[in-house]
Amino acid sequence: MVKQIVFSILLLITLGIFIYTTRQIIALFKLCKPFPISDFGKRFVMMLKVALGQSKIFRKPVIGFMHALVFWGFCVICIGSIEMVIDGVSNIEKSLSFLGIFYNIIFASSDIFAAIVLIMIVLFIGRRAFLKIKRFNGLELSHKNHMDAYIALTMILLLMVSLLGMNTFYISSTNPSELTGYYPISSYFSSIIGRGEGDSMLYQFFWWMHILLIFIFANMLPYSKHFHVFLSVPNVFLSRLEPLGKLYNMDNVTREVKMMMNPETAYAPTDGNEIPERFGVKDAEDVNWKNYFDALSCTQCGRCTAVCPANMTGKKLSPRKLMMDLRARMNEKGPGLIKNGKDFTDNKSLNKDYFSYEEIWACTTCNACAMECPININHPSLIVDLRRYMVMEEGEAPSGIKAAFTNVENNGAPWQFSPEDRLLWAKEINL
Amino acid sequence: MENTYLEVPVLSECIAKAHHPEYLFWVGCLGSFDDRAKKISRAFCKILSYAHIDYAVLGKEETCCGDPVRRAGNEMLFQMQALTIIEMLKMYEVKKIVTFCPHCFNTFKVEYPDLGGEFEVLHATDLLKQLLDDGKLKFSQQVFIKKNITFHDPCYLGRANDMYDTSRYLIDKLTENRTEMKRCKSFALCCGAGGAQMFKEAEKGDKEVFIERIEDVIETNAEIVASACPYCMMMLTDGIKYKNKEEEIANYDIIELIAMSL
Repeated sequence: MVKQIVFSILLLITLGIFIYTTRQIIALFKLCKPFPISDFGKRFVMMLKVALGQSKIFRKPVIGFMHALVFWGFCVICIGSIEMVIDGVSNIEKSLSFLGIFYNIIFASSDIFAAIVLIMIVLFIGRRAFLKIKRFNGLELSHKNHMDAYIALTMILLLMVSLLGMNTFYISSTNPSELTGYYPISSYFSSIIGRGEGDSMLYQFFWWMHILLIFIFANMLPYSKHFHVFLSVPNVFLSRLEPLGKLYNMDNVTREVKMMMNPETAYAPTDGNEIPERFGVKDAEDVNWKNYFDALSCTQCGRCTAVCPANMTGKKLSPRKLMMDLRARMNEKGPGLIKNGKDFTDNKSLNKDYFSYEEIWACTTCNACAMECPININHPSLIVDLRRYMVMEEGEAPSGIKAAFTNVENNGAPWQFSPEDRLLWAKEINL
Repeated sequence: MENTYLEVPVLSECIAKAHHPEYLFWVGCLGSFDDRAKKISRAFCKILSYAHIDYAVLGKEETCCGDPVRRAGNEMLFQMQALTIIEMLKMYEVKKIVTFCPHCFNTFKVEYPDLGGEFEVLHATDLLKQLLDDGKLKFSQQVFIKKNITFHDPCYLGRANDMYDTSRYLIDKLTENRTEMKRCKSFALCCGAGGAQMFKEAEKGDKEVFIERIEDVIETNAEIVASACPYCMMMLTDGIKYKNKEEEIANYDIIELIAMSL
C-alpha cells in the first residue's frame, strides 16, 4: 500500500513535469508556419519501413545494425516498462501475465535485448571516447553536446543494468514454481550468483532504480539531443513523400506572378490592408512546423554532414549545424515571441547570427544529406528557404548568381547568350 | 564527331504546317550554349533521326526552365519562367517532353505540375532504353565492348528521382566492363555544379568538389567516365584536366556513346 502511494505520487510528478515541458514545446510549434499533412496510408508504410524497419540506418551496415538492435530492444523493453507502471499503480505483481505464452515471448526477448543493448551501449561509449570518428568531431559540436551524448548513453547503460538486476533478483527471490515469465539471460546470472538472503530487497532496489531512471530519463529527453528517442518515429511518419528533387511551391509567389502576368490585374491598386507575408526564412518563426520537428528529432549523428560535398571539401556548411542552429535559435527567441507577440525582436536572426551567408550559399542541393538522414530530415529545402529570404527580401546573393538572375530575366539563359542563337548548335560546322 | 549541318525540326514551323510532333526535345541552356554540351544535343538529334522519332525543338522560343534560379532562392523569377513556358507548351499542345538535362527533367517532371504544367516527361536515357528495347536502335559497331566504363550518377536523376538503373542498363549494352566508383547510386558524390553553384565562386575550403569526385573516377581505372547530365559533364571535364588525365580518361554522355555505336 505504501509502495502504491509513493509510486503514484512519483508518477504524477513525472507526468506533471512532462506535460509542462510538452506545453512549452507546443507553444513553440504554434509560432511556426503551416505544413499540411495528408496521405496517411503511405506515411504509415514509410514509417514501417524507415522507422521500424530501420532501412536507412543500414546505409552504414555495421554501426547501423548495432543501432537497430538498440531500437528494437527499446520497443520490446518498453512493454515491460508499461507493465511496471501498471504494477506500481495497482499493486499487482506482473499485471500483464494474463498474456500467457506471449508474455513469455515478450519478456524473454526483453531480457535478451537488455543484455544486447547493454553491450551495444558499452561499445558506443568506447567508440565515442577512443575512436576518432570524424562525424563526432564537427566544429559545431561543443563540449556541452558531447556531454549530452555521454549522459544519455550512461542513462541507457544504467537502465539496462537495473533491468537485468531486477530480473535476476526477481528470479533469485521467487520460488521457481511461482515464477512468471521467462528470462534466459537473468536466469543464467541468477544461477551463477546463487540465492541469498537479501535477494528480495535487491529485487525491490533494482525495480525502483529502473522505474525512477525511466521517469528521470523521460523528463531529460525533451531538453537533450536524445529527444530523438520520442520524436524520430513520428518524424519519419511526417516526412515528405515527394521525390527529393522537388522543392515546395510558394503559393503566395504564384498569386503575385499570376497577377503580374495578367494585364487586367497587373496595374490594379492593391488592397492597402494586406500585410505582405515574409518570403522565405529569416528567423526561427519563419520555418514551417515540420522543419522545427526535424530540428527537435535530430540526434546530431552527423551522417548528413559526413556526406555533404561542401563539408568534405573544407567548406563551412554542415547540414547538421542547420538543425542544431534552428533548435537553439527557437529556444532563444521563442519565449520572447510567445510573451511579446510576433513582432518581438532581439536584433538577431537565424540567417545572420547562426547559419551564415557562407553556409547558406555553399549548398549544391545534391540531397546527399537528406538521402542519408536515418529519420528523413530534409535539410536542402530549408537551405533554399533561407536563400529565398535573402534573394527576395534583401536582394542579397553572390555576384555570379545575381548575374545569372539578370541573364535569365533578360535573355532567358543563365549566361549572356541571345535567344536568337539557341539553335546554332545544329548549324555550327566547327564544333 | 563529324561537323555537318544538322536538320533539326522546329516546333513552331511544324505547327504552321499543321503537324504536331510526338516529342518536344527540350535542349536546355547548356545543350544550347555550352560547346561541350552542344555535342550531346547533336548526338541526341542524330539518334532521334536514326530511330525515325517524330520530334521538334523550340529553337529561339526556348528559355531557361528555372532550375538554377529556383535553387538560388529566386522563386519569383522561377515562377515567371515556369508559367510562361507552361503557357507556351499548352498553346503548342505539347504532350511529351524529352530532355537530357536532369535539372530540366526534374523541374518539368516534379515541379511544374504544382503550377499546372502536367506533361509526360522523359529523360533522354528513358527514351533510349525504350528505343533499344523496341529494336529501333541497332549497334553496327561494338566500339566500347572492351572498354572499362564507369558511370557518374547525376544527383537530379539519382537521389532526386530515384533513377539509377536505366543508365547502367544502357552502358551494359555497350560494354562488358562496367565498373562502379566507391561512391555510386544513392551514395554518389555530387559533381559540385548543382544548386546554382555553377554560376558562382566556391566558398572558402580546401578543395573543389569536382576534384574530390574525379579522384573516385581515377580510382576505378576506367578509360571512360560516362555521365547523363551536361552540368556533370562540365565538372568532370574540369576534373580530368586538373589531374592531367586527358590521355587516360575520356568523358562522354551516354547519348554520345550510343550515337557513336550506331
